[in-house]
Amino acid sequence: MFSAQRRLWSLNSTAKFLTINSSKILGLPTSAKMSLKITNAKRIEGLDSNVWIEFTKLAADPSVVNLGQGLPDISPPIYVKEKLSKIAAIDSLNQYTRGFGHPSLVKALACLYEKFYQNQINPNKEILVTVGAYGSLFNSIQGLIDEGDEVIIIMPFYDCYEPMVRMAGATPVFIPLRSKPVNGKKWSSSDWTLDPQELASKFNSKTKAIILNTPHNPIGKVYTKEELQVIADLCIKYDTLCISDEVYEWLVYTGNKHLKIATFPGMWERTITIGSAGKTFSVTGWKLGWSVGPHHLIKHLQTVQQNTIYTCATPLQEALAQAFWIDIKRMDDPECYFNSLPKELEVKRDRMIHLLENLGLKPIVPDGGYFIIADVSLLDADLSGMKDSNEPYDYKFVKWMTKNKKLSAIPVSAFCNTETKLQFEKFVRFCFIKKDSTLDAAEEIIKAWTGQ
Amino acid sequence: MMRLEIRAEACPYLKFAMSKRLQARRLDGIDHNPWVEFGKMASEYDVVNLGQGFPDFPPPDFAIQAFQLALNSDFMLNQYTKAFGYPPLTKILASFFGKLLGQEIDPLKNVLVTVGAYGALFTAFQALVDEGDEVIIVEPFFDCYEPMTLMAGGRPVFVTLKPSPTQDGELDSASNWQLDPTELASKFTSRTKALILNTPNNPVGKVFSKAELELVASLCQQHDVICISDEVYQWLVYDGHQHISIASLPGMWERTLTIGSAGKSFSATGWKVGWALGPDSLMKHLRTVHQNTIYHCPTQGQAAVAQSFQHEQLHFGQPSSYFVQLPQAVQRYRDHMIRSLQSVGLKPVVPQGSYFLIADISDFKTQMPDLPGDADEPYDRRFVKWMIRNKGLAAIPVSVFYSTPHRKQFDHYVRFCFVKDESTLQAMDEKLQKWKDELRP
Repeated sequence: MFSAQRRLWSLNSTAKFLTINSSKILGLPTSAKMSLKITNAKRIEGLDSNVWIEFTKLAADPSVVNLGQGLPDISPPIYVKEKLSKIAAIDSLNQYTRGFGHPSLVKALACLYEKFYQNQINPNKEILVTVGAYGSLFNSIQGLIDEGDEVIIIMPFYDCYEPMVRMAGATPVFIPLRSKPVNGKKWSSSDWTLDPQELASKFNSKTKAIILNTPHNPIGKVYTKEELQVIADLCIKYDTLCISDEVYEWLVYTGNKHLKIATFPGMWERTITIGSAGKTFSVTGWKLGWSVGPHHLIKHLQTVQQNTIYTCATPLQEALAQAFWIDIKRMDDPECYFNSLPKELEVKRDRMIHLLENLGLKPIVPDGGYFIIADVSLLDADLSGMKDSNEPYDYKFVKWMTKNKKLSAIPVSAFCNTETKLQFEKFVRFCFIKKDSTLDAAEEIIKAWTGQ
Repeated sequence: MMRLEIRAEACPYLKFAMSKRLQARRLDGIDHNPWVEFGKMASEYDVVNLGQGFPDFPPPDFAIQAFQLALNSDFMLNQYTKAFGYPPLTKILASFFGKLLGQEIDPLKNVLVTVGAYGALFTAFQALVDEGDEVIIVEPFFDCYEPMTLMAGGRPVFVTLKPSPTQDGELDSASNWQLDPTELASKFTSRTKALILNTPNNPVGKVFSKAELELVASLCQQHDVICISDEVYQWLVYDGHQHISIASLPGMWERTLTIGSAGKSFSATGWKVGWALGPDSLMKHLRTVHQNTIYHCPTQGQAAVAQSFQHEQLHFGQPSSYFVQLPQAVQRYRDHMIRSLQSVGLKPVVPQGSYFLIADISDFKTQMPDLPGDADEPYDRRFVKWMIRNKGLAAIPVSVFYSTPHRKQFDHYVRFCFVKDESTLQAMDEKLQKWKDELRP
């Protein structure tokens, strides 16, 4: 029942002990009977497996070059670290702040996003600060999605959308992005589109919301104005909500522009737009995100907040606010992190595309985000040694590659629902928000692989 | 081309109205938030705020240094850590509490780090409480227990701590507030899934005795019920009282979740780091909820808490331990407040633990029964608003910690937080002196 012996910490002889009654000392059995009632709530049935737990464990070996989890190994901007450092010394910032978001942070977010919405945003009523964008997704779904509702999810999808929708008792309805044939030219994320008729067929009177992710993880697609208009038209026609996951909003590459569906006519009142400090400032460990939307929607996310975690950590919120003010003031400046980071990443993207092509793969050039997916079946790797033949091809491939080539990635079928895993099982996702030495190491592996 | 946005708030005739129901049913009845109301009032008037439970003194130096270290060492601490807890933190929580609970605690199987104890409570309810399950809640209760039960589709079943009458001239004590064993036993049915226990208790300040815990334990075992034990104030115990974790009693580890808080342990409520400890058979379900709700907790706060626990492990039980020094200091604040409040006719109930004491305002209810407020508003709420507006002191009406049907019965207590600096207590004294002067005819 319990794990192997841990060395028990032995106390100094002058220490005082609390009197402890241990069932072991009294000789009673530690589990008198297997209880029938200690069962989990139905809402979490079938939600216990998680691709990240499995694959991050695999990649934890320090000799493995980890291009799997979306975690920058580059340093956050210096001023971001400096702000946080100064803040820890300020007394009041070590105590609780406002539950729905630290005042200086919601003010900064309102100021920033007003530039895009061309309308005033009420920092207290139209913004909620959450534990990462993950928390905003959870609050939105718990607040607005009910048992029996349908929620449209575009495949491949960031893997938490499906379990969160199921946990709310709702039914996910999937629609895949499909690729146009590409003859001669480079395969781009913009070649992957939704069929408008197919999309329309997924909407019905039970559809409560559609979850949109732009720029898209894992493909890197940046939805165009026309594509967003198709989605907006359907939302309005069927009176549905739109949960727009825009965590990679700053990470768009040359020739592309990030558009907010909430700015389209008729959409502000039915859209929650989600952002992330982790992705904006390369500080995923700060776990701060936010939802922006009309009060009649945000208030329900706020109700969820006050019944779940109540408030987020204070010092991090203050540091984030101060970092935002620095960049809000210089948004046209190339030094602004919102401009400099995508420039830096575009170079890394191009390098990674080149490396994957050298390997003989056909990577899909992403217009945004910090991932690239590539069809790995062309390598025709010998996976016969991998056990568990029921796993999709890409799961086996990633495990094989991690073990034999010391390079890790994430299987794209993890971003698909059970029925459609086969559609994407030849694809593997690589993360390129990595320092040069990591990319150098990946290059070495790829050279050795191809026998160069 | 500028896009002209017509927004619903600007044009009421275009108000957004979905033909289908907008918010999820799980939010029914849980949208009210008493803290927002009283917090707002406290900030609008010139008051000494003894309402919300947070210290107005800084965390100890070693904790602040721990945070500084977390921010200035490895820059990778700015990135995600392990989902279920930053490894050095889960490791030290396992060893520290393993010793206290008399259990071998595995950092991976028996520990989950959460966003404050609040997050641990939510995770536990979502993992284990199902539609129709009954949850026994001891009144008065930390106010989130009821809405969390409701949000999970559960049915709260209340059992009340009742004070025995005190002698004239003697102060009431939190230990005097007790559960009737027969009444408690009658609350358990075949549908009872969990019982939530809070010791030391907020708001009364009661520290449950071993005998009281044994009673709860035996009923939980008899009826095969999970015990969720909220022990955030475990170090805040006074007058030589001892905090006992129910999970350390025979037969209880396998059915108990023990919840703790770095915020309360290190006077750093703003760090929002908490944890749940328990057997793998229960913890695995909390992990499932966690990975589908927030997935990771912030890394640096966890690193700071791990380092702070290292300090406490080294100094455990010694005069240099913060867990020894903090209750010693806070006991003096408690005693100061008890003396001061009596000068205006408030009757404090002496707490054995926690951040709070409650004061009986029955005399005020007799002398000034008609304070401004809504028709059905419990007296203590009206009293607190009056006190904020007229006496410059903010506190919390205790009826917010009771189930709706019992609020009118228990409307004659007000909760004060005494985990406040000497300067705050002196400012309180000034307000009380002025109040006292106004009482003289």
